[in-house]
Amino acid sequence: MADSAGAPRPSSSVKLVLLGEAAVGKSSLVLRFVNNDFQENKEPTIGAAFLTQKCNLPQRTIKFEIWDTAGQERFASLAPMYYRNAQAALVVYDLTKPTSLVKAKHWVAELQRQASPGIVIALVGNKLDLTSDNAGTTGEGEPGGGDGDARKVSTEEAKIYAEEEGLLFFETSAKTGYNVTEVFTAIANAIPETSLKSARGPGAAGATSRTEEQRVNLNGPRDPNAKEGCAC
Amino acid sequence: MAPEPEAGSNSNEIAELLPPPLPPRRKHSGEGLHVAPGQSKATTAMSSVDISTMSFPDGSRGTFTTSAMRAVSTPASGFATPSRGASEDGLTDSMSVVSFAPTMRPAGDLASLVAGEIQKSRAWNMLRSQSATVQPFEAVEDTTSTDDLAGFEKEFDNIPDLTTEGVTDDQRLALWKSKMKHYMILSSAGKPIYSRHGDLSLVNSYMGVVQTIISFYEGSNDPLLGFTAGKTRFVIAIEGPLYFVAISRLGESDAQLRSQLDALYMQILSTLTLPTLKNIFVHRPSTDLRKPLEGTESLLSSLADSFSKGSPSALLGALECLRLRKSKRHAIHNAFLKVRSDKLLYGLIVAGGKLVSVIRPRKHSLHPSDLQLIFNMLFESGGVKAGGGENWIPLCLPAFNNRGYLYMYVSFFDGSPDSTSSEPIPERNPDTNPDEEIAIILISPDKESFYNLKEMRDKVAHQLDKTGSLAIIRTAVREGRPRINAVAPATQISHFLYKSRANVQFCMATLELTFDGPEPEKLVARRRLMSVYHQLHASMHTKHSHLKVLHCVGAEAASLAWITPVFEFYCVAGPNASRAVMTQGANKIIQWAKREEERLFIIGGGVF
Repeated sequence: MADSAGAPRPSSSVKLVLLGEAAVGKSSLVLRFVNNDFQENKEPTIGAAFLTQKCNLPQRTIKFEIWDTAGQERFASLAPMYYRNAQAALVVYDLTKPTSLVKAKHWVAELQRQASPGIVIALVGNKLDLTSDNAGTTGEGEPGGGDGDARKVSTEEAKIYAEEEGLLFFETSAKTGYNVTEVFTAIANAIPETSLKSARGPGAAGATSRTEEQRVNLNGPRDPNAKEGCAC
Repeated sequence: MAPEPEAGSNSNEIAELLPPPLPPRRKHSGEGLHVAPGQSKATTAMSSVDISTMSFPDGSRGTFTTSAMRAVSTPASGFATPSRGASEDGLTDSMSVVSFAPTMRPAGDLASLVAGEIQKSRAWNMLRSQSATVQPFEAVEDTTSTDDLAGFEKEFDNIPDLTTEGVTDDQRLALWKSKMKHYMILSSAGKPIYSRHGDLSLVNSYMGVVQTIISFYEGSNDPLLGFTAGKTRFVIAIEGPLYFVAISRLGESDAQLRSQLDALYMQILSTLTLPTLKNIFVHRPSTDLRKPLEGTESLLSSLADSFSKGSPSALLGALECLRLRKSKRHAIHNAFLKVRSDKLLYGLIVAGGKLVSVIRPRKHSLHPSDLQLIFNMLFESGGVKAGGGENWIPLCLPAFNNRGYLYMYVSFFDGSPDSTSSEPIPERNPDTNPDEEIAIILISPDKESFYNLKEMRDKVAHQLDKTGSLAIIRTAVREGRPRINAVAPATQISHFLYKSRANVQFCMATLELTFDGPEPEKLVARRRLMSVYHQLHASMHTKHSHLKVLHCVGAEAASLAWITPVFEFYCVAGPNASRAVMTQGANKIIQWAKREEERLFIIGGGVF
């Protein structure tokens, strides 16, 4: 039990929930992360979808158990079921829709009030491909898109808010894939060791080699610097 | 008019006395038709059932109104319209004939019931033998200009919205008006809730008109049920604070349109539950219901489109099952029951919209209309399957209980054979034909039971894999629906629907041969077929019609319907298929269905 050196990288499960207004791209982010795929005009999620994906870090493997929730108002009352015991949350808004940031802030407040105390929250502004500064996009080849800049939420505004609340912050495009994996990797890195210890057993593949004595010192839990700069 | 000498029979005198021939033994001597010597044998069977043979030389469609009846049984068609009354106006009589048939038990042999066909001249028979191979609707090709379904291939195209450049409002309106089928839902306060075609800017004023008309009749306590404008039928259903309107140029009957509207209402209840819906409007009658229903537009639309395309399941109010050997199905039921979670209410395995296995509590059965909503969600609209992974969906099954939510666990089995490990693979093969997808559906009243049911799913997957059942399901799915030639060799029938009334399930022949092709043609061909079935179904189910058997011949196709307490049967053949040939084929199919009953249908399912 103590000699986990010979075993493959220890693996632990992390329960992650996606929250945010309808049609901001929660499912698309997950689809990009899990299947590296994108669907134009995806139909709305009904209820919630449960997906898993592994994220390999240098010293360990994180197995994300992702709850992709529907954003419609009528499902809001079910949200506690999904964020209860979650170690991470991805709160998503649409860069082209200011009201979606307002909704995101509500979710952040609710999580801070009701979810597990140590929960890692990432604020994600999606649909970067619709803005003029979609630098780093792969393909497309038409910076700025067809009809200019649809951005309605400035990076500054969201970043300042994220810093105040101690959230990870990313701007992503599920369509081009820009920054998507980075979000999940940053979350994986930010999960405190202590909360990994208590990861539930059944789902974890390497349950035999527990993670207790691992000295994984990445950039420290809840490090605000983890945002943006993730060098993956 | 001298009687034919060879038509000797005990009742020949009657025919002599009454020049307009007495239907069962009629003969048109003037037309040089010959009555078969043995024909009188069929007498009892013939007179025991009322049979309305209707031919529509002009290919006219629609409900069987009196004016349509005038086209019935023209001498040229040579078909008889047997009726009890042998009067001159026997045509109208045939509509109101009361059957003396012992119809409480299924008649054994359809052919004997309708064996009264008149023998044709040799020339006629030879001509027919050449043309018998004409497939249904084959002749339609040349008449597209006058065709009822002209433009149907564009029925489901989107109308460009306001932001689309280069499209004027008039063009958008013209497109909107060109649709053959509209569904509208609005609140009694006149707030638009849903329209299948056109965005709000386009339909808003029409919604206002609709609301005004309906409210006018509502106000006088004489609710408006429907009206006709030209070839367009409007049907209205009022459900509490909601108005539902179906507008159709596809020739469906009021009852059929009404059941479609009812399904849309069920979809809304499934999203909100009845108490919630009531509450919303009790407190604020002017509520915009679009917000609470947000995200379900695609479900309403896929439901609406399945009606417009023509859904045998919706028409018959029945479910289709995957054909499996009885022992195989039992093995699946048992594997399913063995690992049942105590949180489970209903468990289903479904392959491409066809039921494979059901397990349920002894006290409850599943209502087809509820399953229709589930199947629509999983297989017609993309919301669930596109996301991959497993799903946990709160939904209300209105026919089960319209007051509360159940929770539905859904997981699709991967298309590849080695996907049945204990872990669901979210990444499904994108090439998988949607008709071949296999889903497991576990329904529980407990909203916290996701992990419990997920565990059960893994066990079921393991069991099915171990026993080889999953492979059997896959093979059965790939085989598809039965080919008509395998069911009834050498028949001229092109397609059939068979509904087992006791099981509320149906089976049908494959659409692949005759009703296939590249996309627009396929869509239209299938709608044509379904239109014939809709007409047959409407005629058979007209109130007070008491029809048991109906044989129609049109310019495009011949069709036959037969209803007994046990089954409903509908089939379609080319326009030249004779009645004898059709009844023979129908008999074979019905015998086959009887023989295969336990393979075609789930009888009882796994009960716990």
